[in-house]
Amino acid sequence: MKTRTLLAVLAATFLTATAHAQTLKVGALATLEGTYTALGEDGMRGLRLALSQANNMAGGREIEIIVAGTDASPDSAVRAARKVVEQDGVELLIGPLSGSEGIALRDYSKTQPHVTFINGISGAQETTFVDPSENFFRFNMDGAQWSAGLGEYIYNVKGYETIATIAEDYSFTYTQVLGLALGYCAAGGEITERIWVPLGTKDFASIIAALPDDVDALYLGLGGGDAVNFLNQYQQAGGDAQLVGGTIMVDGTVLSSKGDAKNALIGVPSSGPQADTWDDPNWQAFVKAYQDEFPPDQRFPSPSLMATGYYNATTAAVSCLNEVGGDLSDGQAAFRSCLSNLVLDAPNGEIKLDGNRQAIGTNFISEVVELEDGTLATQLVKIVPNVNQTLGIDPETFAGFGVPGRDVPECKSSY
Amino acid sequence: MVRRFARAHPWWSIWIAVATLVLLYLIFAIWPPWLIALLGKKKLFLNSLFNGITLGSLYFLIASGFTLIFGLMRNVNLAHGSLYMLGGYIGYLVGDLTGYWLLAFPAAFVAVGLFGILLQYFVFRRMEGEDIRQTLVTLGISIVLADIMLWMFGGDFYNISPPSWLSGPMDTFFVTGVKRSSGELIYLKYPLVRIAILIASIVIGVGMWLALNRTRIGMLIRAGVDDRDILSASGIRIQLVFVAVFAFGAGLAGMAGVVGGTFQSIAPGEDIRFLLASLVVVIVGGMGSIPGAALGAVIIGIAEQFGSVYFPTYAVVVTFLIMVLVLAFRPRGLLGRN
Repeated sequence: MKTRTLLAVLAATFLTATAHAQTLKVGALATLEGTYTALGEDGMRGLRLALSQANNMAGGREIEIIVAGTDASPDSAVRAARKVVEQDGVELLIGPLSGSEGIALRDYSKTQPHVTFINGISGAQETTFVDPSENFFRFNMDGAQWSAGLGEYIYNVKGYETIATIAEDYSFTYTQVLGLALGYCAAGGEITERIWVPLGTKDFASIIAALPDDVDALYLGLGGGDAVNFLNQYQQAGGDAQLVGGTIMVDGTVLSSKGDAKNALIGVPSSGPQADTWDDPNWQAFVKAYQDEFPPDQRFPSPSLMATGYYNATTAAVSCLNEVGGDLSDGQAAFRSCLSNLVLDAPNGEIKLDGNRQAIGTNFISEVVELEDGTLATQLVKIVPNVNQTLGIDPETFAGFGVPGRDVPECKSSY
Repeated sequence: MVRRFARAHPWWSIWIAVATLVLLYLIFAIWPPWLIALLGKKKLFLNSLFNGITLGSLYFLIASGFTLIFGLMRNVNLAHGSLYMLGGYIGYLVGDLTGYWLLAFPAAFVAVGLFGILLQYFVFRRMEGEDIRQTLVTLGISIVLADIMLWMFGGDFYNISPPSWLSGPMDTFFVTGVKRSSGELIYLKYPLVRIAILIASIVIGVGMWLALNRTRIGMLIRAGVDDRDILSASGIRIQLVFVAVFAFGAGLAGMAGVVGGTFQSIAPGEDIRFLLASLVVVIVGGMGSIPGAALGAVIIGIAEQFGSVYFPTYAVVVTFLIMVLVLAFRPRGLLGRN
C-alpha cells in the first residue's frame, strides 16, 4: 500500500514537472465576492469561452489559468494580482473587472515589467489616460466612451431637458457621468444635481426620498446588487420618474436578476459596448457560442458586457501569442508590439488601441425591451462608431477638464 | 419605574424629556422656513427617521438571536450571517414555488431553526466552554456555507417579491408641508411593506420580551445567562435549553433573511454584511441583552439612514464612530451589565 502511494506521488510529481515546461501560466482576476459577484462570474465565462475556442492552446503552449477573486476594492485587486504574479509566477494577467481596481493594477503593473497586464473590463478613465503603464493594455473602452452619444440621444430624441444623476461613488461612475455630461450639456441639457452613494449601498430608501422631483429624468449609474436594491425600493416607494440607465445598470447581470425589481427598467434608454439583440452576424455567432458553451442554468440568456470584455481580452492575448509562436522572451517585446498594433475583430465591433494602449471602438445606444420569452434585453437604437478616449475632443482640451470626479466636469453648453 | 429612574438620574431624565419633546415637534409640526433652511425638507427628515427605524427593525431580528445565543452559551456565532442568507434563499424558493409570500416566513424560520439544532447538537455541544474554539469553528462554518450557497444559487441577485397588496406606497397622517398654491396639507407617502416589517418586528420583540420575562422557559434562559453552572447543577437539562435557544435564534435570523430579501436583496456577500451589522448592533447595545439589541439596532439603523442623506461621503464611518464612542465610555454596551 505504502509503495503504491509513493509511486503515485512520484508519478504526479513527474507529470506536473513535465507539464510545467510547456504550459503558459495566465492569471485571471475578477470580482468573485461582494456586490459584483454575478458580474465577475460572467466575466470568467467570457474568458473560458475564448480559451475553449482556442482549444486551450496559444502559440503552441497549453494555457493554465489561475483564477484569483477580488471584491471590487483596489487593495483586493492588488492582493490578488500579487498572489498570481509573485507566488504562482504567471507571465500574463487578464483582469480586473472594476474601475478602481484597474487604477490600482496600472500602478502595480509598473513594478512588474516582465508581466503583461490585459485589462478585463474595468472602465475608469485614469487607468490609461493619466500616467499610463507600458505593460498595461485595455481592449475595452472606458466609462466615458460607453456614454458616447447617450447625452445627445436623451436630449434630442427623448426630450429630457433636465436630469439628476444618482451613481456609486467611485472612479468608473465618475467616468460614466463625465461622458454623459459632455454630450448632454453640449446638446443643451442641464444636470441639476449629482448624488453619489457608497459602492455597496443596500438601503436606498432615504436616498430615494431625497431624489429631486422637478427633473425630466433620473440617470442611474449603479451596478450589481446596488442596482437591484435601488429598483426594488424605488418601486416600493412608488417612484415613477423617467429613468436613464448607466452601462452596468442595464447589463445582463441586472436584467436577469430574480424577482420583479428589474421590470422598472423596461423602456429605459442606455448605452454601452454592446446591444444584446444586435443582428450583426459576428455578434450573433458570439451569443450562440456563449449559449452553447454553458448550460442555461449556469449562464445569462445572452452574454453580459463583462463576458464580452473578458472574451475580447483573452482573444487578443491568444491571437498575439499565436502570431509570435508563444515567444515571450526579451521582456515579451514581440508579444507586446503585436498587442499594440492588433486590430481585433471583436463580436461587438472592431477594436484597436491608441498610443496609451487604450481601446478605440464602437458604442451602442440601446433601450431595454421585454423579449417573447419574458427575459429582458437591450435593443439597439443607434451605433456610434470609432469612439476614442477623448470622445473626439482635442486631447489637450479634454485633459483640461481634469480627472473625472464628483463635480468634474461642470455642465456647460460649450467647453 | 419611571419615577424611580427620575429620582435616581434627575439630569438624565430632563435631557431625555427635552429630546423627546424636540423629536415630537420635528415629527408633527409644520416646519417653519428657518428649520427647513437648517435641516432641509421635512419629507427628507421624516423619511430618514422612519427608514432608520425600519432598517433597525431588520437589524434587530438578526441581532436578537445573535445576542441571545451569546448571552446564554458564550458562543460568538460568526455563522449567524450565513443563517440569515440561508433563510433568504429558502424564503425565495418557497415564495416562488407556492406564490405565497407569507408562507416564506414560517418556512425559513423552521428550516433554518432545524439547521441551527443540527449545528448545536453535532458541533457546538462537543466543544462546550471552549469559547475561542467555538468561535473559530463558526467562522469556518460560515465560509463553507457561503461557498455551498454560491454553488447552489449562483451569484445572482434574489429579490423576494411581496404580494401586490403590500407593494407600493401608502398615505400616512404625517404632514410634510403645505401646498403653496392652495394651502392644502401634504401628507407623507411611505412604502407599505416597510411598515408591515416594522410592525412585525415590534410584535416579535415584545413577544420575546414577554417570553423571557413571563414564562418558565424564559426564566430558565435568564437564569442560564446569569449562571450556567448553578442552573445545570439544580437539575435542569441545560442541553435542551441550549438547543431550543440556538434553534430560535437561528430561526429568527432565517426569518430576517426573508425580510431582507423583500426590501433589499439576497446575494453572495450579504452574510458578511449582516454579520458585521449585528456585531456592531450587539456591541453598541450590550452583549447578551435583548432590549440592548433593540436599542442598538435602532441607533445604527437611524445613523446609517441619516448619514446616507445628510453626509453621504462619510456615511460608512458613522456607524463605526458610534461603536468607538460606546466602547470608549461604556465598554459593555449601552444596556450591558457591568
